[in-house]
Formats: sequence, C-alpha cells, structure tokens
Amino acid sequence: MYIVIGGGGQVGYYLAKGLIEQGHEVVLLEKDSRRVERLAEELSNSIVRGDACEARTLAEVGTSRANLVIAVTGDDEDNLVICQVAKARFHVATTIARVNNPRNEGLFRKLGIDVIVSPTQSILHMIEAQLPHHTLVPLMTLTNAGLGLVELTVPPTSPAAGKTVRSMTLPNSVNLALIVRGDTNLTPTGDTVILPEDHIFALVTAEGELSLRERLLNESAAR
Amino acid sequence: MRLLILGCGRVGATLANIMIKDGHEVTVIDLNSEAFERLGSNFGGVTVVGDGTDEDVLMRAGIEDAKAFAAVTNGDNRNILAAQIAKHIFGVQKVICRIYDPIRQETYNALGLESISPTVVGAKLIKTALIDDAPRTKSAVQSIAEGRAVPHATVPEKPLTTPEATEEKH
Repeated sequence: MYIVIGGGGQVGYYLAKGLIEQGHEVVLLEKDSRRVERLAEELSNSIVRGDACEARTLAEVGTSRANLVIAVTGDDEDNLVICQVAKARFHVATTIARVNNPRNEGLFRKLGIDVIVSPTQSILHMIEAQLPHHTLVPLMTLTNAGLGLVELTVPPTSPAAGKTVRSMTLPNSVNLALIVRGDTNLTPTGDTVILPEDHIFALVTAEGELSLRERLLNESAAR
Repeated sequence: MRLLILGCGRVGATLANIMIKDGHEVTVIDLNSEAFERLGSNFGGVTVVGDGTDEDVLMRAGIEDAKAFAAVTNGDNRNILAAQIAKHIFGVQKVICRIYDPIRQETYNALGLESISPTVVGAKLIKTALIDDAPRTKSAVQSIAEGRAVPHATVPEKPLTTPEATEEKH
C-alpha cells in the first residue's frame, strides 16, 4: 500500500517506521527542516520536507495514487485540512485523522474523515479504568460497526449480582464478551452467575450501553 | 443582524467597526486581549477572549443566535476549522472564511464553504491598477493608497502575501 503521513512528530515518526517495516511504501511529510534532517538518518527517502496542507506538496509526492492518507500533526485544524484536501483534490479512498480536542470528533466525522483517532479521549479512558471506583469505561469504539467495547466493574449493590446472565434478559445490542474474576477469565454463558467485583467486558451499541447500565449499575440515564 | 467575527487583526477590527456603523450587533473573538485595542476606545460591540475553534468559546460568544460568522484570523487552517464548526455544528446561515492560499480557497469553495482569498483579490486589484489606463479622475492606485474602497472588493490587508508566509498562527 502507498501511504502518505502528514506530521513528523513522535506519532508520525513511529507510525512511518512501523509501516515501512510491514513492507508498505511510505512518505512522511514534515514542515520543519531541522526535524527532517534528524529523521532522515532513520527514514532516508521516506521523509520529505513540506507542508502536507499544501496541495502542491501533496501533488509532488504523488498523493493521487495513495491508498491512505494519515494526518497526525499536533494541530486539529491542520489534520482536518490535510484529510479534506486529500479527499477533495486527490480522491484518496481512506483518510485517518488524529484529533487532539475530543470535541472535534463529531465535526471530523460529519465532514467525511474516515477514521478518527482521539488520543486525549483514549488516555482519559485508560486512566479512568485504573481508578478504584470506576463503573463503566468505554475502552474502544468500532466506528464502522457502530459498536463500542466497554469495561465495567459490578458493584455490590448491582441488581444483577448473584443472578445468572440469562435471568438479566439482556437485549441483542449487548454482547458480553469476557468476565475477569480475580485471576480467572470466564467466557460468559447463560448459566454464568454474576458476582460483585467481576470485571465485565462487553460489546455494545449506544442503546446497549444504556441497558447495560440499567441492568448492572441500576442507572437509568447516562452519566 | 447578529454577527460573530473571529480574529481581531486589521481586517477583523475594520470589519467590526463597519458593521457596527451599519447598525449590526457585533461580537469579536481573539486569543489575545491586546488585539482588541485595534477596535478603538469607542467600540460598540462585544469582545470575547478565547480560542475560536473551541465550541465552548463560540457558545460563550453567542454563536447559537448569530446570523453570520466571519473567520478572519491569520491562519488559513484555523479559519477553515472554525468556519466549518460554525456551519456544520451550529448551523449559522452565512459563514465566510478567509483563506490566503488560492489553491486551498478553490478547494473549499468547491466543497461549499464560502471563502475569500485576499491573495487573489489583492493581486487582481493591483494588476488592474497597474495596467488599466482608462481615463478617470483618480487612479485605482491612488484609491488603494488612500485606503478607499475599490468597486467589487475591499482593500485587502496583505495583498501579495505568499501562501507560505501566512502559516503562522495569530
């Protein structure tokens, strides 16, 4: 695959390196000439000095034959423009953008960016999952499938505690994938009994998340 | 009409004062409070300090009731992001975006984002002033030098700025 990456910061650099190792043809675009010099030792021909927001730069590196354009600069506005220009002028099939302000996620999606990665949001969720009294934490979003992977810890007061999975009559929009109980991992079946302090991993739709909250955490509305 | 102007540089400040004079309600947003000095001491509008690409700041500036939005910071991409937030998230009816880079401006016009490139407008004006020898009482060059409005366009802030030189954020 031919992949153009905009932004030679830490993310751009390690991403380029990894993709090259996997055998892809990669061009990393970086504005800062000193940064380019430093990375050239490692990436040689795969790094090009230039502004990925500029149509001219994208044309020079042959973006119209790129299968994928990935924008990972530290500025949301630059990432948005890189992806929009790649799509509108070079008809790139798939664009991936990093968003730093989680509020921009909705806008990017609306404007047709194919994949949106929000490091701020991911870090927040990962920290949240490590907090002692967390309840339900979204771990990952599978945008195309309309599903999210969530983790929840069953509180002692849970209406489901001591009951079987079957008796909870969960809707189809909730798929219990795994229960971590102490040191053991269980694949839940209808007969599995839910215990307090169980860590449950589930695949849910937005609707499913609400029913999971209701059945296991006794919450009627979202946080 | 309630108007939001993002960026209080020379264009933003001049636009704000023109719109106030015409009787409109104007709110100006800028990252830097010192930029509001350009508005003059008798400015009759509202000023908001903050990042105009942040939805919370835009709401604080009253974007939900705004009829029009002009993005005129020094950063093309900042203007593009803010203008698309105004248009697609808040549904502002009239959104105008300033984009120095002519190629980018063309791209976004094609995508339905109404935008103006001072680079193109300025270059055309100067070209007209240079080669238009039709008799007139005052030459276009004099009008530009005096800062007067020229038909079909306003005098741009930085007529011949190259796209590369405009990437700095305000």
